[in-house]
Amino acid sequence: MSIGTSASFDNPTAMHTFIARRLISTLPVLIFVAIFVFLILRLTPGDPAALIVGDMGTEADVSRVRQSLGLEGSLPSQFLIWVGELLRGDLGQSYYFKTSVGTLITQRLEPTLSLAALTIVLAVVIAVPLGVLAAARHGGWLDRMLMGFSVLGFSVPVFVIGYALIWLFALKLGWLPVQGYGRLSSGVGPWLSHLVLPALTLSLVYTALIARVTRAAVSEALTEDYIRTARAKGLTERAVLMRHALANAAVPIITVIGIGIALLIGGVVVTETVFAIPGLGQLTVDAVLSRDFPVIQGVILLFSVVYVLINLLIDLSYVLLDPRIRY
Amino acid sequence: MLSTRRFILTSTLGAVLDLGLAVAKASAQGTGSTFRLVPSSDLKVLDPVWTTAVVTRNHGYMIYDTLFGTDAAGRIQPQMVDSHTVSSDGKTWTFRLRSGLAFHDGLPVTAEDVLASLARWAKRDPMGQRMYASLDKAEVVSGSSFRFVFREPYGTVLESLGKPSSLVPFVMPKRVADTPADKQIAEHVGSGPYVFKADEFRPGERAVYLKNAKYVPRSEAPSGTTGGKIVKVERVEWVMLKDAQTQVNALVNGEVDMLESVPFEHYNTLKVNNRITTAVAAGGQYLLRFNHLVPPFDDVRVRRAAMLCMDQGALLRTQVGVRELYKICMSVYPCGSPLASKKSVDFTDKPQFAKARDLLKAAGYKGQPVVLLHATDNALVAKLPPLVAQLLRQGGFTVDIKSMDLNSMMARRAKKEPAEQGGWNAFVTYWGAEDALNPINYAPLSGNGEAGWFGWASDERIEQLRAAFARAPYPALRWQLAEEIQVRAYEIGAFAPMGELLRPMAFRKGVVNGLLVGQTNVYWNISKL
Repeated sequence: MSIGTSASFDNPTAMHTFIARRLISTLPVLIFVAIFVFLILRLTPGDPAALIVGDMGTEADVSRVRQSLGLEGSLPSQFLIWVGELLRGDLGQSYYFKTSVGTLITQRLEPTLSLAALTIVLAVVIAVPLGVLAAARHGGWLDRMLMGFSVLGFSVPVFVIGYALIWLFALKLGWLPVQGYGRLSSGVGPWLSHLVLPALTLSLVYTALIARVTRAAVSEALTEDYIRTARAKGLTERAVLMRHALANAAVPIITVIGIGIALLIGGVVVTETVFAIPGLGQLTVDAVLSRDFPVIQGVILLFSVVYVLINLLIDLSYVLLDPRIRY
Repeated sequence: MLSTRRFILTSTLGAVLDLGLAVAKASAQGTGSTFRLVPSSDLKVLDPVWTTAVVTRNHGYMIYDTLFGTDAAGRIQPQMVDSHTVSSDGKTWTFRLRSGLAFHDGLPVTAEDVLASLARWAKRDPMGQRMYASLDKAEVVSGSSFRFVFREPYGTVLESLGKPSSLVPFVMPKRVADTPADKQIAEHVGSGPYVFKADEFRPGERAVYLKNAKYVPRSEAPSGTTGGKIVKVERVEWVMLKDAQTQVNALVNGEVDMLESVPFEHYNTLKVNNRITTAVAAGGQYLLRFNHLVPPFDDVRVRRAAMLCMDQGALLRTQVGVRELYKICMSVYPCGSPLASKKSVDFTDKPQFAKARDLLKAAGYKGQPVVLLHATDNALVAKLPPLVAQLLRQGGFTVDIKSMDLNSMMARRAKKEPAEQGGWNAFVTYWGAEDALNPINYAPLSGNGEAGWFGWASDERIEQLRAAFARAPYPALRWQLAEEIQVRAYEIGAFAPMGELLRPMAFRKGVVNGLLVGQTNVYWNISKL
């Protein structure tokens, strides 16, 4: 991020140029990721053909399947075939499912995005007010409780929280389902009821993270001269906190929320497993365990693009939140 | 005004939430016409000829039919076949199909479809390969009749066509069966009791089957993979749940109706749950497989020494834990199955360390490390290798355990190099009982060297016996040959049997009825309240 150049929302042309430049600069990153993932997968021990054939298959069976999967060719030729398909917009076909990787990813996108969105909304709605209040009552009981909660949120493994919530809300009270995912097309009710527990589980750690960062950033802002000026003007404490302290602390908070979203997209594996949500996390784990190379490559490329886009959005949000920032 | 607004808002929100929860609960628990099952593993490959995966075989039984089947007592019974005749010289077998057989697309099942399906299957399946290698010709006699003509009398035709497990000779339409055996089929149309809903198949999430309303079941009572395949539910959903605790929670909460395989550590909990019924089906055998190609297990004395170290009771207690779920068994065929025999040469289920050390000394074993592969993510066998290593050490071996994931283990076991060059010496595996019922299908009993199963045992005598078994015209002779093969397998140290486990299943008490417990999982005859 550079400050002092002319790209801002007041100057659309410069902003468009900035966005275009940023998007183009992601190409080398994606190319590097593609090569790296391709090579690392081929160099990892394991053979998808052996798993496909099963325990009772013979060496000849494995060899036959390797051939049919195109794994017998040299690494450069395999890479060129894959890149050729990529350039045509084809992520390839799963070794197992005889389905295109694009279709598999599309099927898994909705559950993961839903879970990530609900989690981040829950985390922000709870964490930001908590963080602001803790900063306003620095050293008080709320502040100490928040710090204690943060330690808990970071320390307790997600699967422990998940199983505890399942035990209480699904098995004991019978309010919510244990597992699965209700697609939005089948109604908001089933969608929400299947997501409440996983989102609560997953949001705990993000709530802790965002609340801590909010508390720190607002605490720092509260020591600034303009806060003293605002109080001297006779503004209410609420106005001082919301309009001056929080607004000026927004950049680090937005940064951590953005990073949180990016981490969530790729980091929902455990939650998806505990709650049997058929999302991208489970797809990735299954693909890695079964060495389904085209699927792993496709998902990692997707994650790379998501990371790049989220970083870009974070950078753009800085301009909105802080008028002093120019690109 | 404000309080009225708040009241309306609160009431509406509450109603929406209540409705959502009610819909979710109803949808999660399903209706009486939908049977929800958690299969033992994720259904990935849909072609039952392309893989030996058990879950794919079970998928095959849902949508395809077979010419013959194996009943609960292990006997071969006709299924799609109405009648068959064998010529007096034992060389010509003629089969006639039942009338009314039709594929899900409405086309009738013909002899051409059958022969095309068998030809594809025989390219992959060991029993099929052996049978087709003995064939002079396989020909269509009429629309519903076909004939096998063998060069010499062949005894195990029905056993081959009616085998209950991988690879099962399922019958597909000719246009599908004409797919080369090294390519996956793209169309999933059978003539079995269920129709596969390809448009609802979500890999890693669920597979859906609908009742085949046009299926004409046999009149006999269902038994094993034979008899009347009567479908009593409209829809079957296979729900892929990977996490063991989630599987159990979903069953207890009524979100699924059955677990095809209950993790051992959850068995006792489910057994005492008054909402759940547990059942035990045929499981399989644990075995320690040696690499016969490279030292030290290229020496039969060293292999036999390793076999003498095994302690079945300790191994099974460690891996399975629940006493009613395992049994000591010294037969290479599943104990209680038709070919099971107690003849185990000088091996018992108890370790004989002194004898093992004597054998090692006689073989000149100098303490070179035995590389034992350990697939840590394979829950079914993961606890065994450390104990096997300890038992081998007590018998005088030096053991080097290599821990890795299952896929890495399966790739490594294909390597024929010496252990110090990335190869291996031994690994522990599990073999389903239904795949160990006879010596032709049971790959660890092969003795055809590098063309055989991993470990590459080479023994001309055992191969002769297996060939004789395939040709043997009557059961008594087959039983005798099977026992000779077992004895020979012990003599050459083909592998060390490590006991049997039974496979626990669980389903909702009072909700699921009619489950057929046998060697193979089949889901017809099931009703749901």
